[in-house]
Amino acid sequence: MGAQTLYDKLWSSHIVHQEEDGTVLLYIDRHLVHEVTSPQAFEGLKLAGRRPWRLGANLAVADHNVPTTDRANGIDDPVSRLQVETLDRNCEEFGITEFRMNDVRQGIVHVIGPEQGATLPGMTVVCGDSHTSTHGAFACLAFGIGTSEVEHVLATQTLLAKKAKSMLVRVEGPLQKGVSAKDVILAVIGKIGTAGGTGYAIEFGGSTIRALSMEGRMTLCNMAIEAGARSGMVAVDDTTIDYIKGRPFAPAGEQWERAVAYWRTLKSDEGARFDRVVELDAARIEPQVTWGTSPEMVTAIDGMVPDPALESDPVRREGMERALQYMGLVPRTPITAVGVDKVFIGSCTNSRIEDLRAAAAVVKGRQVAGNVKLAMVVPGSGLVKAQAEQEGLDRIFRAAGFEWREPGCSMCLAMNADRLEPGERCASTSNRNFEGRQGPGGRTHLVSPEMAAAAAIAGHFVDVRNML
Amino acid sequence: MEKFTQLDGLVVPLDRANVDTDAIIPKQFLKSIKRSGFGPNLFDEWRYLDHGEPGQDHSKRPLNPDFVLNLPRYRGASIMLTRDNFGCGSSREHAPWALLDFGIRALVGTSFADIFFNNCFKNGLLPITLPAAEVDELFRQCTAQAGYRLRIDLDAQTVTRPDGKVLRFDVEPFRKYCLLNGLDDIGLTLRHADKIREFEARRRLEQPWLFGQ
Ligand code: SF4
Repeated sequence: MGAQTLYDKLWSSHIVHQEEDGTVLLYIDRHLVHEVTSPQAFEGLKLAGRRPWRLGANLAVADHNVPTTDRANGIDDPVSRLQVETLDRNCEEFGITEFRMNDVRQGIVHVIGPEQGATLPGMTVVCGDSHTSTHGAFACLAFGIGTSEVEHVLATQTLLAKKAKSMLVRVEGPLQKGVSAKDVILAVIGKIGTAGGTGYAIEFGGSTIRALSMEGRMTLCNMAIEAGARSGMVAVDDTTIDYIKGRPFAPAGEQWERAVAYWRTLKSDEGARFDRVVELDAARIEPQVTWGTSPEMVTAIDGMVPDPALESDPVRREGMERALQYMGLVPRTPITAVGVDKVFIGSCTNSRIEDLRAAAAVVKGRQVAGNVKLAMVVPGSGLVKAQAEQEGLDRIFRAAGFEWREPGCSMCLAMNADRLEPGERCASTSNRNFEGRQGPGGRTHLVSPEMAAAAAIAGHFVDVRNML
Repeated sequence: MEKFTQLDGLVVPLDRANVDTDAIIPKQFLKSIKRSGFGPNLFDEWRYLDHGEPGQDHSKRPLNPDFVLNLPRYRGASIMLTRDNFGCGSSREHAPWALLDFGIRALVGTSFADIFFNNCFKNGLLPITLPAAEVDELFRQCTAQAGYRLRIDLDAQTVTRPDGKVLRFDVEPFRKYCLLNGLDDIGLTLRHADKIREFEARRRLEQPWLFGQ
């Protein structure tokens, strides 16, 4: 066999059976479960009289609907409460491990998997959530699935799948100070478009990626789906192995040595061929801000709101016009002239300890601007929150006028009480700026944690490089 | 799953690119623990002038008269014309559930997002990909002509226009087989239960740490 890509290796090592047309029965090592996309799957299982194939492969947590304020009285919204209780009941009935709402290990599903060591290199990881691509940072084949597939994995520990094409996104050189993984992935999406990765599995490589922490790599892979790719991945190196060591679900002792030896093979071979290669020069990546209602509608902080009149493709032009109308923006406005009403630091893209440290470094000793109605930090998990509090980050945020909340998805998609009011503009570290995503009529600008913090202080978007 | 063999249906054109699943079915309706009843909230934010919440009486809500799904000429449509990257965004299967519940059985467009595309097949909703020029022409014909219908034949892999022109489309053989026969994936997979067990046993030996907890 010739030189293989990381994706080739992950794919071929999980094939249970192959149909004539290339459809493969793929073995699934880890299945993460949350409350929104699982109830109908459990119901289907019960109706058919089936049991989960391998209980230990599953790990469940409620994240989308949980309140981020006082949890002592449970969930106010009866519909949300029923959904979370349904997960609790299903996990209890079937014997699936679940971190309940008041467990310190509770958090966003894509934060807790790696945090617990439940995400390990070489695994196939699936979850009924498109941002499952996050786990690819650990050289996993990780992808989001629908509810029918959740049921399929529960019942059979496999999925039917077809191999995707491969894309290498190579980023070389050191990043500028104040520029982070979020800016890299937004720049990638700006370059290839939100459908640019459709049908591909993306591997991120190059010296810039190797220099990133695991948190940064997770941010990158998290948004592979925003580039259209169902999965993103990064090869194993020392950074990966150091991160995993000692985590609750990680191997120990003799098994650790064996595992590490295997994990070290999880990278693309020299000379492996990709169907498409995209290259970026890290030095030229600037802090990014989205201006529209799709993550590809993005520009550098020193840029302007674009003018649709200059777009020649009519479908694109109309899309831009509609986006600007929704966003309440005038063409050619400098991005730094756009004010913000709310600031949200959180979501599975940017709610890990490193994200909070980076934001706190900008906020420290400063005050949230008077025109900002709400600035909030929502840690990705109870453990991230505890760690941040130990480091005193909560005090820095609070002193500056931020709210410090309980972990969950929160205003990333506003399924709980945290949301934008119609017309409100938000600097958000989340991953989607779709219409209504953060609340009906809400206007989302995607940025890095550093840039969100800077916007909170200035009251409008600013170049965080000038504040460091 | 319901079978899909042939369909002769009224066509509704949704002329926007990058239609995401948040738009197809907004998140507040994802709190339901059921599989049915999402039809009234399909494209909720575009279809109604007010803000929708679960449990409302949707028949009393003010409709957006400009939204294409509300135009009387498209009432009863079962085929939707779409543009690039339809169904991008979240993995919610509620998106195909809402389309089906509304009465849409097939989508015809230039490209679909991967997870959405997959979810469609799991539910008997057929997404058909055609070249951009052909889709453009379908949009043109459909808007020009009231009562515009298409005939879809999955077995023959054809879409037939009212003017008689036949457009061929590709579909993966395995997906086609399942859809034509309305087969339940899980049942099919479990025929390979022995193979799965064998694979698992080998894996347990080679990578025991995956089975520790
Ligand atoms: S934080 Fe946002 S994107 Fe991530 S899982 Fe939650 S809702 Fe989805």
